[in-house]
Amino acid sequence: MSLVKLDNVVMEFELGTFLSKTRIRAVDRVSIDIGRGEIYGLVGESGSGKSTLGRVSLRLYKPTKGRVIFDGIDITDLPEGKLRKLRKRMQLIPQDPFSSINPLQTIGEALIEPLLVHVDISREEAIEKAKEILEEVGLTPAEEFLTRKPHQLSGGQLQRVAIARAMLLKPDYIVADEPTSNLDASIRASIVKLILEFQRRFNQALLFISHDIALVSLIASRIGVMYLGQLVEEGPAKSIIREPLHPYTKALISAIPLSEELGVERVVLKGEIGNIANPPKGCRLHPRCPFAMDICRREEPPMIEVTPGRKVKCWLYVKR
Amino acid sequence: MLIVEDLYVKYYTRRGTVSAVSGVSFTMQKGEMLAVVGESGSGKSTLALTIMRLLPRNAVVERGRILLDGIDVLKLSEDEMRRIRGSKVSMVLQDPFTTLDPLRRVIDQFIEFLMEHGLDRRSAEKLALEALESVGIPKTLAYSYPHQLSGGQKQRVAIAMAIALKPSLVIADEPTTALDVVVQKQIMDLIDTIKRGGTSVMLITHDIALAIERADRIMVMYGGEVMEIADKGTIMSRPLHPYTQGLLASIPRLGSDKIPESIPGYPPDLRNPPKGCVFHPRCPYADERCRSIKPQLIEVEKGHWVKCHRVVKA
Repeated sequence: MSLVKLDNVVMEFELGTFLSKTRIRAVDRVSIDIGRGEIYGLVGESGSGKSTLGRVSLRLYKPTKGRVIFDGIDITDLPEGKLRKLRKRMQLIPQDPFSSINPLQTIGEALIEPLLVHVDISREEAIEKAKEILEEVGLTPAEEFLTRKPHQLSGGQLQRVAIARAMLLKPDYIVADEPTSNLDASIRASIVKLILEFQRRFNQALLFISHDIALVSLIASRIGVMYLGQLVEEGPAKSIIREPLHPYTKALISAIPLSEELGVERVVLKGEIGNIANPPKGCRLHPRCPFAMDICRREEPPMIEVTPGRKVKCWLYVKR
Repeated sequence: MLIVEDLYVKYYTRRGTVSAVSGVSFTMQKGEMLAVVGESGSGKSTLALTIMRLLPRNAVVERGRILLDGIDVLKLSEDEMRRIRGSKVSMVLQDPFTTLDPLRRVIDQFIEFLMEHGLDRRSAEKLALEALESVGIPKTLAYSYPHQLSGGQKQRVAIAMAIALKPSLVIADEPTTALDVVVQKQIMDLIDTIKRGGTSVMLITHDIALAIERADRIMVMYGGEVMEIADKGTIMSRPLHPYTQGLLASIPRLGSDKIPESIPGYPPDLRNPPKGCVFHPRCPYADERCRSIKPQLIEVEKGHWVKCHRVVKA
């Protein structure tokens, strides 16, 4: 059974002043589910809606339409007071730890805070727990890190603090939103491995959001590909990488340096991702797609299941 | 075409002196693409700014020589340098539009830049439009404002300005880092065509996979020093420096089952660089010699230079 289930989720935002308001639909009718202990990789370029979807799944945003189910509970309309009890079971690891950790707080304070809010323990016990988790994320000697401020840490060290804070309450569900893209290549893997260690230990459902389909393919059991607010392909990670179906997925793979050796059909797209405020009619990729047919310009393709668990939203695969 | 000899650059900051570039020497041939690969703090961007003579005020070139087509760049006056910038050597930045005026049309700024280099307005406009067209920016977009362009289009404009006066060297500093993957590929394809046109390209990147895919030769920097230089085939098949090996192992490879390896530890504090080899605190093979004596960059086989005590000349 799935731990996290998004059912036909729509997320709209209103932008602009009251005189010229525009409504943008950042996420458009997306359904995914993630099982306990499962790693789901969500890929797409900036503007694809992947981060927004991650935040909806944590109910940091209330979706405009659709349902968010967590551990069998429909949390779509749950008031903040009741959500708080569930919050400790779901946590976000953000892209930029510098913006998520209060620069004026010490690392110790940043770690103790969630414990005092969610768990009934004394300050001394909380400090002990903070020390323990710092050691677990490899920031030793822990006493020393407790008293440091964020600016005294490197990006990699601070991301370890962000992971420590997310894992303190042993959550069941983690959303990691581009957790390594601000870091140097030589330390990225260690951050990913750290997240995976906790994921295994607590048997967590993990939504790993990244623009890097190569990285995602190594850790996720399933991958979902988003383009302009919609899910366009989904399936087991191995088969997505070896036999991508959607032209957009093929283009993502083709764009990765040194990907020729894989033997995937090379697809080059024209232009750039469009404006989410004004998405193209029909299939949203059609202005850039080398395979675009008449129907692609007129009608939105349905999401079809090609083989069990393998879905694609593209007219090329619709038998007519 | 380009010779850099024993270059040392330091930044003087309130919190101490940073040795950003230390003893860097290398050459570039006409029409080749050299990738300078390194992480933040490796000195790769400082190197680029030194060649362009665009270092901030608190930076000092302590030692060294830069010869560009025989011209001793570090000896030029500010005026002489201004004439060379754009015409002999130019630069494409990660986000070029931080340096352009958002309130003026692209074409007007392009024309002004060309007129500073002695063109009259009519020929400047003609050349600007030609250059823009050659990078896929149509006339209609040329007359728009910077904010009306997408990230990829902005980078195309920056490339057009960098190549308009046919410089011998274009330095591209992380030109695709701010762009989405699919657009990254488009921009790198464009940079490839510039290179094939005979212009030398120095590609500065943190991404060793991108370097291997695109460059002819690769220079790996760490802590302000050159760790290894070789053609890309050699870097890929026989990397000799432990840092290069670590970087290669850190690439997530499509279709593999292995999570890449990372290099333990963190980059050095260049206000207080480690004694001996600058990489020794993170090196799995470091011994007493590495901790006390700085290794020399030696040529182990033709064109393959390595700075590591463990490597001996064949």
